[in-house]
Amino acid sequence: MSTAIDVQNVIKKYGQSTALQGVSLAIADNEFFTLLGPSGCGKTTLLRCIAGFEDVTAGEIHLFGQNIASLEPNLRPVNTVFQQYALFPHMTVLENVAFGLRMKRVPPEARRARAGKMLEMVHLSSFADRLPAQLSGGQQQRVALARALAPEPKVLLLDEPLSALDLKLRQAMRVELKQLQEDTGITFIFVTHDQEEALTMSDRIAVMSQGRVQQIGAAREIYEAPVNRFVADFIGETNLLEVQVERVLDGIAQVILPGGHRLTCPAAMMAAGPASGAGRHHLSIRPERLRLTPSGPLVAEVERIVYLGTDLHLLARLQDKTAVTVRIQNNTREGLPAPGTWVTLTPEDGAARLLAD
Amino acid sequence: MKGVRHYPGFLALAVGCLVILYAPLAVVAAYSFNDSASITQWGGFSWRWYVDVFTGPEAERFGAAAWNSLTIAVLAATASTAIAVAAAVAMVRGGQFRGRTATYALINLPLMVPEIVTAVAALIFFTMVGITTGYLTILIAHITFCIPFAFLPIAARLSGIEEVYEQAARDLYATRAQAFWLILLPLMMPGVISGYLLAFIISLDDFIITNFVKGAGMETLPTAIFGSVKQGIKPNIMAISTMMLAVSVLFVTLSYIANRIGQKTRT
Ligand SMILES: Nc1ncnc2c1ncn2[C@@H]1O[C@H](COP(=O)(O)OP(=O)(O)OP(=O)(O)O)[C@@H](O)[C@H]1O
Ligand SMILES: [Mg+2]
Repeated sequence: MSTAIDVQNVIKKYGQSTALQGVSLAIADNEFFTLLGPSGCGKTTLLRCIAGFEDVTAGEIHLFGQNIASLEPNLRPVNTVFQQYALFPHMTVLENVAFGLRMKRVPPEARRARAGKMLEMVHLSSFADRLPAQLSGGQQQRVALARALAPEPKVLLLDEPLSALDLKLRQAMRVELKQLQEDTGITFIFVTHDQEEALTMSDRIAVMSQGRVQQIGAAREIYEAPVNRFVADFIGETNLLEVQVERVLDGIAQVILPGGHRLTCPAAMMAAGPASGAGRHHLSIRPERLRLTPSGPLVAEVERIVYLGTDLHLLARLQDKTAVTVRIQNNTREGLPAPGTWVTLTPEDGAARLLAD
Repeated sequence: MKGVRHYPGFLALAVGCLVILYAPLAVVAAYSFNDSASITQWGGFSWRWYVDVFTGPEAERFGAAAWNSLTIAVLAATASTAIAVAAAVAMVRGGQFRGRTATYALINLPLMVPEIVTAVAALIFFTMVGITTGYLTILIAHITFCIPFAFLPIAARLSGIEEVYEQAARDLYATRAQAFWLILLPLMMPGVISGYLLAFIISLDDFIITNFVKGAGMETLPTAIFGSVKQGIKPNIMAISTMMLAVSVLFVTLSYIANRIGQKTRT
């Protein structure tokens, strides 16, 4: 598979503040690639650099092997679905969708036909003559999508396109978007700060924080093998325990848990070796992979049980006051410990993971 | 909080202000329909002074002056609006360039400078450069002092338009020029119309500057009225004044409506 977009060490500064601190990514052709990260981490900035609305301070961006640094936005075969949709308020839905084709000098007949087909695809054929202001948020979102897809870009940039929609619509649109990407074969770069959205739709995800890419990988990889504390904490829920690391060898660490028990587990630390790994670091254990057992390496006092429908959350505290959460399927009616009692907990095999800071 | 209406003396003050502001206008408008040739004695309703304006002995003089006023107002409003649009785009979209604040002050300076000073300065300037005063000098002067009036509503409108629309256009393969003509300008239109109408009415009404730079034999409606009044106020002046008042009110109202529509379609 060829590389659609190659971002090489891109740095973007706004005056004193740095929005991107050396971002490198290679996005394959036909890939559904997601940029995931908290607000302000630089996702929009990266998209704007790719689209051409910002000049990079340093680094290069290649599109199918071509350095696009000097190309104006209108010369880049990349289209954007903006965070605020940005539909032209004085043009009808059909005119909006046909705009890109008009700029590309597609003859009127052909562009009307193509725009009509695009509207059909997003189920808005009957809205062709309305103005954007006469549409609901979800409909506007789909017009924005149709408008960006109409000129058949090689890459589609989507900046949190679902964030303004309600939950039901958002879930439906996720499926539609994914389907659309597979049908058209266009490379999607999808920005979101919603991890569920990222996990369900993407081929690969880049987790960003503070202008840096923290980890790139498939959903499962990122969820199950986070490389550092930020990723583990940001993706899903996790318990972070501070542990004493004795040694790290070949990606396997030996640590001392709070309470004194020893545990051997995989380590995500970049620099391996007994000396470099030693010290106090954090261990991640997902709540659903902690078990209530008659005996085990962790001892905790139950504080509360939270009812979540299909699941229960047992909130407890270790001896060193670290809060831990245990997720229990809501099918064991009897035998739940009462608040105030002490329980022992065991992580499943391979569930604990030592993280880099 | 109590509304301003509940403050003691508000009613008296408001009525006082309204009377001082509008009573003279009301009197002029009313007496323009006076059948008598006296400007103080009411002699019944009649259109005769309006007829006199168009057919009377001064009709030709006022007609020529009105034509000058109208063409100058159209040209000055058009030119100053075009300049104001360019200035607004540069000021609002140009980012932080050096001397931005100074430029802003410079554009709006004519609003603050006493008109008589501008008038004298313009006259001195034209004399120094060696342009004979006349139609052209009036036009140049009008374009200059109309710019800030056109600029203000246009810049206000433009700063309310998010940049993302132009970016969306650029993203969809529009050149800078296409993004301006097809997207930005239509979105700015309510501000542009409002600015144009304001500039038009300011030009149409101007007396002081025009009087200085008009040269001999050249008249606009306000200078012609002034010249006529110097020989004594006749009721036909009231008729002309009332018609100018009506045009002014119409244009200011249109400008206001354009602005209101703009607010409703605010992007
Ligand atoms: N035009 C600008 N001038 C100065 N700083 C900016 C500008 N645009 C963005 N920034 C800063 O760059 C950083 C990254 O912003 P960016 O918009 O890329 O975040 P984001 O990840 O898209 O966040 P969100 O999820 O809230 O949209 C932020 O700290 C922001 O304050
Ligand atoms: Mg953003």
